[in-house]
Amino acid sequence: MAKLQLREAIRAAMVEEMARDGDIFLMGEEVAEYNGAYKVSEGMQDLFGADRVIDTPISENGFAGLGLGAAMSGLRPIIEFMTWNFAFVAMDQIVNNAAKIRYMSGGQFSFPIVFRGPNGAAGQLAATHNSSVESVYSCFPGLKVISISNPDDAKGLLKSAIRDNDPVVFLESEFMYGMRGEVSDEEDYLIPIGKARIARDGDAVTIVGHNKSYWRAMEAAEMLEVDGYHAEVIDPRTIRPFDWDTVIRSVKKTNRLVIVDESNPFASVSSEIAFQIQSRCFDYLDAPVRRVTAKDTPAPYAKNLMTYYLPSAEDTYRACRDVMYLD
Amino acid sequence: MTTTDSITSAADVADAPSNGLEASRPEHITFTTTFRSYPAEGDTHGDLGLYRDGVVALYRDMLLQRRFEERAAQMYGKQKIGGFLHLYNGQEAISTGSAQALNMGLDTVITAYRDHGLALAVGMEPGECMAELFGRIDGCSQGKGGSMHFFSREKGMYGGHGIVGAHIPLATGIAFAHKYKRDGGICVCYLGDGAVWQGAFHEALNLAGLYKLPVIYVIENNQYAMGTSVERAAADVDLYKQSVSYAMPGSLVNGMDVFSVMRAMRDHADMARRNQPSVVEIRTYRYRGHSMSDPGKYRTREELEKNKDQDPILRLKAYLLREDLANESELAVVDRSVKREVLEAVDFAARSPQPPLEAIYDHVYTEEGFPFLQ
Repeated sequence: MAKLQLREAIRAAMVEEMARDGDIFLMGEEVAEYNGAYKVSEGMQDLFGADRVIDTPISENGFAGLGLGAAMSGLRPIIEFMTWNFAFVAMDQIVNNAAKIRYMSGGQFSFPIVFRGPNGAAGQLAATHNSSVESVYSCFPGLKVISISNPDDAKGLLKSAIRDNDPVVFLESEFMYGMRGEVSDEEDYLIPIGKARIARDGDAVTIVGHNKSYWRAMEAAEMLEVDGYHAEVIDPRTIRPFDWDTVIRSVKKTNRLVIVDESNPFASVSSEIAFQIQSRCFDYLDAPVRRVTAKDTPAPYAKNLMTYYLPSAEDTYRACRDVMYLD
Repeated sequence: MTTTDSITSAADVADAPSNGLEASRPEHITFTTTFRSYPAEGDTHGDLGLYRDGVVALYRDMLLQRRFEERAAQMYGKQKIGGFLHLYNGQEAISTGSAQALNMGLDTVITAYRDHGLALAVGMEPGECMAELFGRIDGCSQGKGGSMHFFSREKGMYGGHGIVGAHIPLATGIAFAHKYKRDGGICVCYLGDGAVWQGAFHEALNLAGLYKLPVIYVIENNQYAMGTSVERAAADVDLYKQSVSYAMPGSLVNGMDVFSVMRAMRDHADMARRNQPSVVEIRTYRYRGHSMSDPGKYRTREELEKNKDQDPILRLKAYLLREDLANESELAVVDRSVKREVLEAVDFAARSPQPPLEAIYDHVYTEEGFPFLQ
C-alpha cells in the first residue's frame, strides 16, 4: 500500500486511465501549464502533451459544453472545475445537456464524461466560495454523483467514473487535497459506483457522512467509544445512485440514524436519506432520524461564525446521544 | 462569382511588432478586416457545377420540408401532436443549400428547436420524423424528444435542442472531436438570431477560435427571436460581425436563394476543413409564427407578404422554368410525389404504437438496472 495525498491519488487515477485510453483528455482552467490550481494535475501536460491536457479560458459554460460535445462524438473528457462554485454558470450544460440528451435522443447519444473539482466549505472565503452542490446535481436523473472522503476511494472511484459511460459529477475537497492515506496497489483498482463503505462496525447508532462530514462522523464515533458505545459509520461515497441497502441493514441493527451533511439543510442529501429511511425502516426506528448540517444561511466570513456555521464532531456526538436517549 | 467584399470595416492586427507592450499600442495597429457578401442571384446552376437533375433535386428537397411542415401544422390542429411546434416554412434554402456542402457520413450538424427542415435535408426519413411528432415508438427519438429534439447519429444529426444557445458549445466540442480524432469531418452549427445574445454563443466561439476547430456557426437570421425583432435585441444588427472578436471570417448571405447559400457554405466548409472556424449569417424569414401559439402581432401582414414574394421554393421553380430545365408538368409530378411521401409519413406515424409505459426508464443511463427511486 502506498501512502498518497488525496491530490496524488486523483492524479494517479487520471494518469493510469489516460495511459490506457487515448480518447481521454483533461481540460480546465490552469490544469496544464500552471500544473493545476490545487496541483492535482501537476506534471500531466508533460506526460500527455498539450493536445490531451488542455488549458481553457475562464469559460465554464463553454468548456463544459465543449466536453459534452466531444463526449457525444465518442471521446471521454475529464473536465476540471477549479471549484464547483464556479460551475454554476455551467449548470445549463450539465443539467440540460449532460443529464437529458441521452434520454431525448432515445438513447442514440451518451456522455462518457467526468466533471470533477472541489466541493463544499473551503475556509474563510465567504458565501459564494463555500457551496455544497451534491443535492443540486443529485436531483437530475441522467447524472451520477460521487463524493469522496479519502485517497483510496478517490482513486478507485475516479477510475470507475472515467470508465463509466454516463456523466459523473465527482466531488472532491480543497481541505482534503493534502490529506495522506493508504491507497491500494492493485493494478486496476476499481471501486464500484453506488456502493457505500462501512468504515466502522457498531450496534448503538448508525452515522452516515460523506466527504468531509465523514470525518466528523468518525470523530463523533470515537467520542461515543469513550462513553462505551459502538457507533456504526457509513460513508455512502456515491450520492446518486445511493446505496440504500447498506444504510437500511445498519439501521435495522442499530435502530438509530444520525446524518452529518455540511450542505445547507433544506432539500439536501440528508433530507432524502431521512425520508427514505423513515419510510423503509419505520418499524425499526427507536428515535426520530436526526441530522447535523450547515446552518440554513449563506456561509459567513468571520472565523467564529464559519466555525459555528459548519456541522462539528461535537454536534454529531450530541445528536447521537440524543437518539440514544442518554441525556 | 458572388463574393463582392463589399462590406468592410472592423479590426485585424497587421504588421504588429513581436510581443511586448509595443504591439498593443494603437499606433502599431491597422484595421483591415473584410467580410464576404453572398447576395441573391450571384450564381447560376452551372457556376455551381449543377446539372438539371441536381437543380430539380434541390427543388424537391425544399418542397418536402415545406409540405412536411404544412402537414405537421394540420396534425397539430387535429391534436395529433403535443407540446411546442416550431415550423421552418420560408427557411428551407438554408437547410437544403448548406447540406450540399456537407460530406455526408462524415460531417456533423446540430441545430436548435426549429429542426425539422435540417433533419429532412440531411436525409432523415419523413416517417420517423412525423412519428416523433406523434410521440410514437418509431419516432427518430422513440417518442422521448418530440418536435424540438430530432436526433440521428446515423445521419450525423446531433439534435434538435430546446434551450436557446445551449447547443453551441456542444458544436464546438463535436468539432473538437473531429480534430482530435483527425477524421477529416467538420461540424455545422445552426442557431437563430436570438441565440447570438446568449453567453454560450460567445464562449463557444472563443474556444473554437482559440483551438482552431473545424466548425461553421450558421446564424439563421429570420428577423425575430420569438416576437422580438433583431433591431430590438441587437446593439449591432449585423450579426456576421460577431466573428471579428473570435478571429474568424464572417459572411452575410441571402437565405432566400439556395444557390447563394450553397456557394457560401462551400467556401466556409473549405475553411473549416483547414481548421479555420467561421461565422455565416444567413438572412431569411419565417412565414409562420414562432410556434403554433403565436398571434404574430409584432409584424404586419404587408411585411409577411413582401417576404413571401422572395420565397426560396417559388424562386427556384421560376428559375427551373426560365432556364428550361423543367416544365410545369414535370414539376407537377415532383409536387405529387412529395405530397404522397408526406401522406405516407403521416400514415406511418399514425400506425406506429405508443411507447410502452416501462420505456419511461429506458435511455436515462447506459447501464441496465439503475436503482431508480420508486
